[in-house]
Amino acid sequence: MSYSPALPLEGPSPVEGRERRDQRNDRWFRLGVMSCALFVLLALLGAALSMLWGAREAFGTFGWHFIWSSDWDPVQRKFGALVPIYGTLVTAAIAMIMAVPVSFGIAIFLTEIAPSWLRGSVSAAVELLAGIPSIIYGMWGLFVFVPFMASYVSPWLDEHVGPLPIIGKLFQGPPIGLGMLSAGIVLGIMVIPFIASVMREVFLTVPVQLKESAYAVGNTTWEVVWDVVLPYTRSAVVGGIFLGLGRALGETMAVTFVLGNAHLLSASLLEPGNSIAATIANEFTEADSSIYLSSLIALGFLLFVVTFIVLAIARLMLNRLARREGAST
Amino acid sequence: MNDASLPIDSPPRGDHPRDTSALWRRRQVKNALAKTFATGATLFGLFWLAWILWTTLVNGLPALKWTLFTQMTPPPGSDGGLLNAFAGSFIMSGIAILIGTPIGVAAGTYLSEYARHSRLGAMIRFVNDILLSAPSIVIGLFIYELLVRPMGHFSAIAGAIALSFIVLPVVVRTTDEMLQLVPTTMREAALALGVPQWKVVRQVLYRAALSGILTGVLLALARISGETAPLLFTALNNQYWTLHLSEPMANVPVVIFQYAMSPYKFWHSLAWAGAFVVTMLVLLLGLISRSLFLGKRKES
Repeated sequence: MSYSPALPLEGPSPVEGRERRDQRNDRWFRLGVMSCALFVLLALLGAALSMLWGAREAFGTFGWHFIWSSDWDPVQRKFGALVPIYGTLVTAAIAMIMAVPVSFGIAIFLTEIAPSWLRGSVSAAVELLAGIPSIIYGMWGLFVFVPFMASYVSPWLDEHVGPLPIIGKLFQGPPIGLGMLSAGIVLGIMVIPFIASVMREVFLTVPVQLKESAYAVGNTTWEVVWDVVLPYTRSAVVGGIFLGLGRALGETMAVTFVLGNAHLLSASLLEPGNSIAATIANEFTEADSSIYLSSLIALGFLLFVVTFIVLAIARLMLNRLARREGAST
Repeated sequence: MNDASLPIDSPPRGDHPRDTSALWRRRQVKNALAKTFATGATLFGLFWLAWILWTTLVNGLPALKWTLFTQMTPPPGSDGGLLNAFAGSFIMSGIAILIGTPIGVAAGTYLSEYARHSRLGAMIRFVNDILLSAPSIVIGLFIYELLVRPMGHFSAIAGAIALSFIVLPVVVRTTDEMLQLVPTTMREAALALGVPQWKVVRQVLYRAALSGILTGVLLALARISGETAPLLFTALNNQYWTLHLSEPMANVPVVIFQYAMSPYKFWHSLAWAGAFVVTMLVLLLGLISRSLFLGKRKES
């Protein structure tokens, strides 16, 4: 017992010794689990800093111009992020336009309409859809969905919607199937289960008394959903939508397969394009100069910052409902 | 639709004057439209699920041969299988689980047992939730900067560590939630007997929450078994058999990616076979963890 001069001279009794040992172990255990928890904080911080470090050459060379420039020329070593940023935003927007109403419908169906024997199996199926790896969506997109778009949807859009004023510009293009619209739709299919399961969960938190009272005074199902359930869960529903948006912005494999990997800035959704994640995935192993590699990592950093903000908003909105839940019970 | 088990949906019909008013009819029509839309949306969602699974099945099953598990990935034009890719995925996922699980369980323990209502705990939970849904490609770039660039080459260990960063938040989240489900009386009973807290956690709480924590590990495994983007910048790919962790290592997702993007028909069918195996594995893991979790829910 040389470690502690403060010990009583006659030595600890067995019980005291055990107490001290337990205390010491408790301290170490607490320290151990705490450092693991702090490691989680460190991981996020490390990811941000390491990417910023890797991107320093690109940011240093191009400055703010990097974000606004549409150049992407590996030979001349001129890089700008505008085309991938545009592609990311457009595909995510298409995905959200498609996914939000559908997810809302699924959540209503699963909480208010479906008979109870159907609810379990359908929500299980929706969750399975969420579990399928994105590369499977990508392959399906490339081999099945893109040919389908090319032979049926794109020509029809080009012919019938293309000549329309204003929105027509979005739908003019070659019937190749690859492009923003296909990528956006595949992304939409991917994020539907995420948004739907969040919405379903938050809809289930609405107190039954609230809903039953509304039904009791003669409201229809739709009125209960729109005037009782939705106002009660509004912030969490927005949170769920942002969670899906975060997914859509950062999704890599599914988009890489169907976007066409072309550095084009085109108004048409039928033209191939590029997104941040797809650019990195496609070109990373081909990057032959340090400024090229650094530009790709800079793209990754931009993606990280944007998704961080979106996901942070999502969490804050979701936590607001959780806090009220906690306060009311 | 209108059997007795449904919630009281429409006011009892009869000769009440309101029943035939224009307002009442408008509300009913709106309600019917909304219900049709919701049902249609569900069918729409399930339609894609069915289509994607069907495609994987139709293309994957014929490509599923015994040589898939006995031969290496072939160069263009010759026969082969995916043995080295399966082995690589297995090794890297295994290491990722071995690294991610203990750290994740410990961090989850801290959140649930020491920081349930503290500010630090809230912050860590917040960051963990962001990590949970952060794009996996970002994790790949992070590990590239952290390990691959200093080492000078792609390696299996970098791939495994990248995957472990995807395992980590999943395990943290489920451990935290599952430990919180354990009744406080259990902790108090053990503490009242004079059991030190670390023993309470290890011998009482972990035992009570075991199936829940296991669910988290299985969910994490399901997630990383199809994860492609982070491996693209860390483990890359290797056409040959290797067990060296410091070398690039083949893995199923990256092989699927490269083969599907290639112009060769045979590579396509290999990619479909790989996709089929991965999908089945993920669905199986999902079903197992679901039943474990449901069992847990029923207990508590």
